[in-house]
Amino acid sequence: MRSADRPLSPHLQIYRWQLTSVLSILHRAAGVALSAGAILLVWWLVAAASGPGAYDGVADFLGSWLGLLMLFGWTVSLFYHLCNGIRHLVWDTGHALDLKSTYLGGWLVVGGTALLTVIAWVAGISSWAS
Amino acid sequence: MRSPLGRAVGLGSAKEGVEHWWLQRITAVALVPLSLWFVIAIIRLVGADVDTVGYWVGRPLPAILLVLLLIASFYHAALGLQVVIEDYVHAELTKLGLVITVRLVCFAFAVAGIFAVLSIAVGMSS
Repeated sequence: MRSADRPLSPHLQIYRWQLTSVLSILHRAAGVALSAGAILLVWWLVAAASGPGAYDGVADFLGSWLGLLMLFGWTVSLFYHLCNGIRHLVWDTGHALDLKSTYLGGWLVVGGTALLTVIAWVAGISSWAS
Repeated sequence: MRSPLGRAVGLGSAKEGVEHWWLQRITAVALVPLSLWFVIAIIRLVGADVDTVGYWVGRPLPAILLVLLLIASFYHAALGLQVVIEDYVHAELTKLGLVITVRLVCFAFAVAGIFAVLSIAVGMSS
């Protein structure tokens, strides 16, 4: 049978959104975003090694609206990928794989991400202000 | 578990899946404390000038932890991005090219980051 003749499963848009599948794809998206964020870290380190001129350029960019937006996205991605990554590591041990636990764990991850992001930014802003 | 046909045409497991799976988990476990330490350290450095940052980076403990963070991050990133590519890119040559590119870019950035940390540390101790 040629592949074009095969029956197709319903398209992705047909399905109702579920917490579990949304968190699953977000884990991947956050991982890709963090890979780009790791380049930002290297840029910062190389600039710090290069001297005041290069470092001030990076610091100015990170302090701009675009820079702050990227740092915020990086923070959310990091805490989400971290919390959900721990959820994945628990699953790898064979635990919490039933439907109820996956939803409970999912909401804990969402709450944990929000809480850690708020704590980090409040701490960051108060560190900047002092 | 392989069919005779699959064995004959050389399809099936490349026998490297377990290694990939394990290294993804090992780097993940390492990144839990390392990334939390890094975020706390960065928060304390908000608004610092290049001398303050350099003094922090160059001390033994932060320098060692930064190098470990760079190794674990870029190893974890290379493994993760490879899975993403393998899931969505189905043209063999493009897939191979992208996986090789991701490996090389991750390796290059890890080396650049480690070099920066070491040069700051060496500059401080000399």
